[in-house]
Amino acid sequence: MQETISFTPQLAASPIAEMLWLIPAVPMVAAGLAALLMQAKRKTSAVLAIGSMSVSLLLSLVAFAHVVAGWSHGQAVRETVNFTWFQAGTANIDLGWVLDPLSAVMLVMVSFVGLLIFIYSIGYMKDDENFTRFFCFMSLFAGAMLGVVIANSILLLFMCWELVGLTSYLLIGFWYQKPAAAAAAKKAFLTTRIGDVFFLLGMVWLFAQTGTLLFYNNGAGSIEAGALAGLLAQSAALGLTAAGAIGLLIFAGAAGKSGQFPLHVWLPDAMEGPTPVSALIHAATMVAAGVYLIARVYPLMQAGALAGGTTTALTVVTWVGAFTAVFAAMIAVAQNDIKRILAYSTVSQLGYMMAGLGMGGVAVGMFHLITHAFFKALLFLGAGSVIHGCHGEQDVRRMGGLKSDMPITFLTYAIGMLALCGFPLLFSGFWSKDGILEAAQHWSVVKTPFYMLVFGALLTAFYMTRQVTYIFGGHWRGGKPAHESPKVMIVPLAILAFFAMALGLIGTPAWPWFRAFLDGRAASFDLHGFMEPRLLALMGGSALVVFLGLGLGWWLYGDHSPKPSEPDALERMIPPVWAALSDKLYVDELYRVTVIAFYGWLARGADWLDRRVWGGAVAGVAWGFSLGAELNRFLDTNVVDGGFDKGCDELSVGGGLLARIQTGRVQTYLRILALAVVVLVAILFWSNRV
Amino acid sequence: MFLILHPNSVSLLAYTIYLSFAGSLVLAVLPKGKPALARWLALAVAIAGLALAVQGFIAGMGQGRTVLIDLPWVPSMGIHFLLAADGISRVLVLLTGLAAVAGVLFSWNIELRTNEFFALFLALIGGVYGVFLSFDLFLLFVFYEIAIVPKYFLIAIWGSTRREYAAMKLAIYSFAGSAMVLIGLLAAYTTAGSHSTGLIELAHANLPVSFQMWCFPLVFTGFAILAGMWPFHTWAPTGHVAAPTAASMLLAGVVMKLGAYGCLRVGIALFPRGLDPWGFSFIGIGSWRDVFAVLAVIGIVYGALVALAQTDFKFVIGYSSVSHMGFVLLGLMTLNQIGVTGAVMQMFSHGIIAGLLFAIVGRIVYDRTHTRQLAELETMHLSKRLPFAAWAFVIAGMASIGMPGFSGFIAELQVLVGAWIAKPWWALAAGVGVVVGVAYTWRALQKAFFPDVLPSAHVLEQEHGHELAAITWPEVTGVGLLTGVSLFVGLYPKILLDAIEPAVKALLAGGVQ
Repeated sequence: MQETISFTPQLAASPIAEMLWLIPAVPMVAAGLAALLMQAKRKTSAVLAIGSMSVSLLLSLVAFAHVVAGWSHGQAVRETVNFTWFQAGTANIDLGWVLDPLSAVMLVMVSFVGLLIFIYSIGYMKDDENFTRFFCFMSLFAGAMLGVVIANSILLLFMCWELVGLTSYLLIGFWYQKPAAAAAAKKAFLTTRIGDVFFLLGMVWLFAQTGTLLFYNNGAGSIEAGALAGLLAQSAALGLTAAGAIGLLIFAGAAGKSGQFPLHVWLPDAMEGPTPVSALIHAATMVAAGVYLIARVYPLMQAGALAGGTTTALTVVTWVGAFTAVFAAMIAVAQNDIKRILAYSTVSQLGYMMAGLGMGGVAVGMFHLITHAFFKALLFLGAGSVIHGCHGEQDVRRMGGLKSDMPITFLTYAIGMLALCGFPLLFSGFWSKDGILEAAQHWSVVKTPFYMLVFGALLTAFYMTRQVTYIFGGHWRGGKPAHESPKVMIVPLAILAFFAMALGLIGTPAWPWFRAFLDGRAASFDLHGFMEPRLLALMGGSALVVFLGLGLGWWLYGDHSPKPSEPDALERMIPPVWAALSDKLYVDELYRVTVIAFYGWLARGADWLDRRVWGGAVAGVAWGFSLGAELNRFLDTNVVDGGFDKGCDELSVGGGLLARIQTGRVQTYLRILALAVVVLVAILFWSNRV
Repeated sequence: MFLILHPNSVSLLAYTIYLSFAGSLVLAVLPKGKPALARWLALAVAIAGLALAVQGFIAGMGQGRTVLIDLPWVPSMGIHFLLAADGISRVLVLLTGLAAVAGVLFSWNIELRTNEFFALFLALIGGVYGVFLSFDLFLLFVFYEIAIVPKYFLIAIWGSTRREYAAMKLAIYSFAGSAMVLIGLLAAYTTAGSHSTGLIELAHANLPVSFQMWCFPLVFTGFAILAGMWPFHTWAPTGHVAAPTAASMLLAGVVMKLGAYGCLRVGIALFPRGLDPWGFSFIGIGSWRDVFAVLAVIGIVYGALVALAQTDFKFVIGYSSVSHMGFVLLGLMTLNQIGVTGAVMQMFSHGIIAGLLFAIVGRIVYDRTHTRQLAELETMHLSKRLPFAAWAFVIAGMASIGMPGFSGFIAELQVLVGAWIAKPWWALAAGVGVVVGVAYTWRALQKAFFPDVLPSAHVLEQEHGHELAAITWPEVTGVGLLTGVSLFVGLYPKILLDAIEPAVKALLAGGVQ
């Protein structure tokens, strides 16, 4: 557990913090302008999108530099700009944004990766007829995502969060003429919305309890000490404090967005969207928004923890994360779609981030988030390049030997793969993953998550080796020969590859710059950081695990990748396990027979109730009225007046009112209405007398 | 004519009523066989009404309750022709104006007895304006009844799908509700003994608690029937489905609000002590407030579930109205500022969004495809053939499920916060309804526009010769108007809240100002 950091209270926001809103606003405006463009204005739309992202990146860098400057002067920067949107009763509905190390780091990552992916998209989407719409949605997404990052109000965060979900829906279903894409879009939207409703309730609760929607507000914010004390004093159900319960509700929202078990099912299907979308939204940024959210509300998650201890909320985060990490890695082993392997890998890595947050704190989880964003974006764009080069083929069994056809793609992909596996020393993934493993090793509760995560690392190295040998090793097994992609796609790959390696430098034990920066401590360079025996043992051990995974993968697939018709090497060894894994451990099927069936049953039951019971009750009342009319007629004709108008017969023929209604004419109803009024008046007279 | 104009320009609001009725009369005597004239005339009247409503809304900003006109009507009983407006009235009058314009736009293709259609349409609108502006109980009740009658004919003559059954069902329910209300009102009048039917006088009459205890549920239920309160909601889906598009729009858009408005303006304002605890409780229910809140929550979840099981596109929307009106009733039962404000906000928001949904389903889709069965729409490839409808429904669906940026989000958020403050489990249960709400909306959206199965080559070939009629300007204008309003209010809710807040505050603080 990290020590509590004290950020100096702000007096007035700097001009740089004041202009922070421009960072999300610029892409949003670009999206609005692009929406007005004609389909044919392809170039304009790309220029708009890329131009706006460049502006956002520039502004993000300025903001980042501002925070770093303050920090290097020994000042932890947290500047907020808040304003009231409207008043509800006595409470203010506030919005606002915050500039602190957390948001600054995330801003730079999102806008930088986003910009590279936008550029790449020019090549990838070149032949698509809806090029303009694509860039419109992508800009809208970027704006919303940057809005999530800067939000200092849980409401603003939620609003941008929903907008992010909406654009994700629109982009997964971008090729909506493809039935699978339309179905995947719907599934993604529904699944994440389930999480979002919990998030919404968590927000409602937090607001009802603390009376503010702001995270930080010079001591009066909802996750600052004063409010947290109140939340801790309040007990909710199941032995949780209000803080813990709200934390869990918010985590449910984060789990939906970040594809945590059991809400992970949408993410692999989301691969139906264009590959740049998968890279930007379903690998680097949006899916990380859940992790970011937990990092943002970390004081709430951590509230009530004793020194070195943990809280119920964080324990849940840890277990869900660790389980997801292993679970998804297992499924990834038995997938054959190039993007699906990466998708399950993303789910698994998001689990690592969550576990890192749960056990190690904000900096540990966030560091993996940042490094992962780079190398996973790289892998997805590499996969896009492969798909592009193979003329739309996505089945790794129909590829092979691409290392000579697509040398640059191969090189960059290999870098991304090694970073993801956590290959020692040179690659960023090694350092960020080791940070998580180290935290797991020191976790005060149990060591089980540690072993789970180590096993997950083994699986990661294994499935990535399998994938890479399938794609790049052996001989070409597809149809039309593959070709290398154009420069506009290759250059972003190279840049991302550089960062997939270089980013490790800011998070080594010798120079834990990133951690110190997020924690607001001074960073020092000290080679002795490496020398701690326990740490060395851990690094050695995790390196061994990675080598073991790489070796296993090479041993099974290395030089004899099978033809598409042949069974997989692993399939021959353990068929039942393979079958279960390749069917994604039957989670979708389980949902189909449980949750979906249950709701279907409930819905049909309610529908039946509505048609038969309530509908029947109405019919009964109507029948009662008609009986009364019959009685009236009887009295009228036989007692009051023998010769009643013939029309009255028509009025009161038996067989129930409803049957008559279906056949009758307007005049008839008027008479019935008149009769009803008479009855009404009679009731009134009677009631007035009483 | 004894129309007394007060010096402030707010009093122009009263002309929304007169104008609509006058328009209705003119249309009724207009020579037949000139449908275009009738349309334009109806549109002109509706726009004029909207203009008056907007003018009144702007002029009324920052003001409390303003009396528009006050004339003795039946002096022996103390009945006045008393029209007045507070913030709540002004917001709902604005809604009525918008719904009227949109309704005319989406009825542009009515060819059967066009004059009569628009005559009845405007009569209904006039009645609705009247209810929202009446501050005399008897007058309110008269307008309330006036609004119900044209509705019956609109459904019975221009409707579809078991229209007579639906119209009759609606009429029976309405009259049953009215009967309950009337009994309550007469009882209140007699008990108060103040010889005035003014809402304010009655609210200040200090009706005995024991009286309020039985009169409140009677009146509240009577009004809530028209608001679609479970289990008295079954008229709503069948009525919405059978009604012609404009009538469904008005039914969901404003007529259901009449009920909710009555619940607030009459039920809660006149009998506040009727909500007090009984002094005992059974399975957690210890007051009429609990009872109605539970019914509201059931309505939210149940309406959403039933919507999920529908095979008819319009029934999905019909049941969604039941679910969304549950939020209004739940908001009212929170009895706190934020919750009741949210309820009024939801009335406005649902009026706009439900109108939009019905317009898309009834006018834009059904009038072209001649089917509302999701299973048949699924084979029609509508996302390609009617892209405008598909996009419009995506946006309307977003608004309907409470996506931030649209008015529904603000309303539901306020209701949820209010409910949480009152009783957290109300909010939690309503949350379930929100989830199912997404499910039914998206199920309908996918089935109607983005099906999982591609149409066969044969179907595509058939489609080739049978292009669907092009989208017309009234449709585009109507969709633009309604989405624009929902978005504007969603992004700048202050514009309505500034009017609603003080009125709700005054109402909760002890009857009317």
